[in-house]
Amino acid sequence: MRRLTWFNVTSLTLGFAFLYLPMVLLIVYSFNESKLVTVWAGFSTKWYGTLLRNEAFLDAAWVTVQVAFVSSSIATVLGTMAAYVMVRGGRFLGRTLFSGMIYAPLVMPEVITGLSLLLLFIGIGLDRGILTIILAHTTFSMCYVSVVVSSRLVSFDRSLEEAALDLGCSPMQAFRLVTLPIIAPAVISGWLLAFTLSLDDLVIASFTAGPSATTLPIKIWSSIRLGVSPEINALSTILIAVVSVGVITASIITKRSALRQQAEERAAERL
Amino acid sequence: MGQTVFEPWNDPNEKPLIQFKGVTKRFGEFTAIDNQTLDIFPKEFFALLGPSGCGKTTMMRMLAGFETPTEGTILLAGQNIAPIPPNKRAVNMMFQSYALFPHLSVWDNIAFGLKRDGMSKQAIGDRVAEMLKLTRLEKFARRKPHQISGGQRQRVALARSLAKAPKLLLLDEPLGALDAKLRQDTQFELMDIQEKTGTTFVIVTHDQEEAMTVASRVAVMDHGRIVQADTPARIYENPNSVYVADFIGDVTIIEGTAKRAADGYDITFAEGQPALHAVSDVQLTQGQRCYLAIRPEKVSITAQKPEDKRNALKGKILDIAYLGNLSTYHVELPTGQIIKAQTANTRRLSRRALTWGDEVWLGWTDTAAVLLEH
Repeated sequence: MRRLTWFNVTSLTLGFAFLYLPMVLLIVYSFNESKLVTVWAGFSTKWYGTLLRNEAFLDAAWVTVQVAFVSSSIATVLGTMAAYVMVRGGRFLGRTLFSGMIYAPLVMPEVITGLSLLLLFIGIGLDRGILTIILAHTTFSMCYVSVVVSSRLVSFDRSLEEAALDLGCSPMQAFRLVTLPIIAPAVISGWLLAFTLSLDDLVIASFTAGPSATTLPIKIWSSIRLGVSPEINALSTILIAVVSVGVITASIITKRSALRQQAEERAAERL
Repeated sequence: MGQTVFEPWNDPNEKPLIQFKGVTKRFGEFTAIDNQTLDIFPKEFFALLGPSGCGKTTMMRMLAGFETPTEGTILLAGQNIAPIPPNKRAVNMMFQSYALFPHLSVWDNIAFGLKRDGMSKQAIGDRVAEMLKLTRLEKFARRKPHQISGGQRQRVALARSLAKAPKLLLLDEPLGALDAKLRQDTQFELMDIQEKTGTTFVIVTHDQEEAMTVASRVAVMDHGRIVQADTPARIYENPNSVYVADFIGDVTIIEGTAKRAADGYDITFAEGQPALHAVSDVQLTQGQRCYLAIRPEKVSITAQKPEDKRNALKGKILDIAYLGNLSTYHVELPTGQIIKAQTANTRRLSRRALTWGDEVWLGWTDTAAVLLEH
C-alpha cells in the first residue's frame, strides 16, 4: 500500500468536496424539520410523507418513468440497427456522411433540438403530450445508444458471424443467435444510458411537453420558481438513492463476473 | 500387390469433388486469384500452402461462400456453387480463431449447426455425443469456451464443424495457435479423424512441415497462382520451379549454363570449377541458363574426394548448424558459392572429424539434383 501524501489528500478532499458537497447539503436538508430550506430545526422525515401524498409529483414521476422506459426501448432498437449498418454495412454511398450525421445530435445544443421538434409537432398537427415527449427523447437518445453499440461492434470478431452462417444460420438468425447475445452488455448499457438521459432531461421535455403530461424535472423546475420546499429535497434524495443503488449494484455485478471469468480462464490454462 | 494406393488424381474415371475452373478473384485493382484451375477429389486431405497474401485464404473463402469468384466457376460435386449462400452449402469451416460462440457451452456450440437443420432433440443429442467422443471432449461438454484450454478449444471448433457431416471441411490455419508439441500431436489426430470420417479436408497453412505431414496433396501458391500441386513427396523431390524448391525444405540453388550430355546435361557454373552433371527430362537448349537445386541431405561431405560420385567439389566449412539429430554444414567453394550438406549424427559428437575451416569434399550422384529452367 502506498502512503497518501499531503498533496494527494488535499486534491482528493477538494475534488470530492466540489463534486458532492451540494448533494450532501440537499440530502441533509431533506430531513429538516423546518419549512425553511436554509435553517436547521431538527431531524424529521415528514417531508417524505407529504411528498407521497402529493398527487402532482406522483403523476409527474409516473409520466417520467413511462417516457424513459418507452423512449429508451425504442432508441435502443433504432440505435442498435443504425450501429449495425454503420459498422457492418460495408462501404456504401454516403456512409461517412451518414455516420457523421448519426453523432451530430450529441453536440447539437438541446435548445435547438427541442425547438425544431416543437416546430415539427406543430407543423404536423400533433398535440403535445406524453407521445411527443417520447418521440423527442427517442430522437436524441438513439444516437447515444448507437455510439455505445458501434464501439462494441467494431471490436466484435467478424468470424463469429461467419461461423454462424457457415453452420446454417440465415443472416437474421446469425444476428439473433450470435451477434445480439454477445453484444448484449453494450446494448443494455446503451438502454440504461438512454433511460437516464430521458429521466433527467429538462430542456427538450419542456419544449415538447403539453398540459396533459408533465415530467418530473419540469415539475421540480417549475415548483422551485415558487420557492424551494423541503419536499423537493426529499424527492431529490429519493432520486439520488435510486440512482446510487442502481449504479453500485451494476458495478458489483460487473466486477464479480469479471473476476469469475478471470479465475475460470486461469483454471482452464492449468488443465 | 493387393494394396491399392490412394491416388484418385491419377484415375481418369474418378470424379473430382471440387473443380475450380478458370477462377479469378479481384478486390478492386488487386488480383487475389489469377485464372486458376484445380481439381480436388473426395476423401482427399488437400493443403493450400503459401506465404501470407498468396491467395490461399481467398481460395478457401470462395469454397465456404464468403467470397464469390469474379470470373470462372467453382463446382462442388458437379454443381456450380456461386449462387448458393454459405448457410445452404454442404461445406463447413473451421476458423483460424476457432470462432467459438462465447455465450454457449461446448455442447451447445457443437449442437448449433444441427439445431439449424431442424433435427429431433434425440438425434441432436446422439450426434453431439458422437462428436464429443471423437474429439475426446466428453468431460467438458458443460463448460464455456473460456473455461477450457487452447488445445481443447481447437477440438471443439473441429467437432462443431464436423457435426453436420459436411461433404467438405475447410480448415483455416487450424493449428496456428497451438505450441509446437501440441501441434504435432494434433496433426496426427487430424489425419486420424479425417480417415475415420471419410470427409474431404482442405487445409490452408503457411507451415510447409504441417502441409507435408497431413496432406495427400499440396498446392504451393504464390501471388494468386498455384505454382505446383502434387503429393508431398513429388513436391519435395521434383519441384517444378525454384520458388517451390526454395519454399519447401532446405535447398542449395546453383545457377549455370546447360550443355547437352549423353543422359542429361552438364552444367558449368563457375570458372575453374568442374561441370556438374544432372540427369533430367527437362528440355533445355544448348547454352541455356538454368538452375540446379540440391537438397542438403543428398550431398555427402567427406575429407577425401568421393570416388563413387560424378559430382565432386572441394570447399571449406564455413558454418555448422547442429540440430541434434542432424548437422547442416555450410561449405564455401573457392568461388564464394555456398553449398549446404546435411549428415545424420549417428555417432557421438566427439567422434566426428569435421570442424570449422576444414577442407572438405562435397559429392552427389547424377540423379540427386533437380534441373530447373531459368
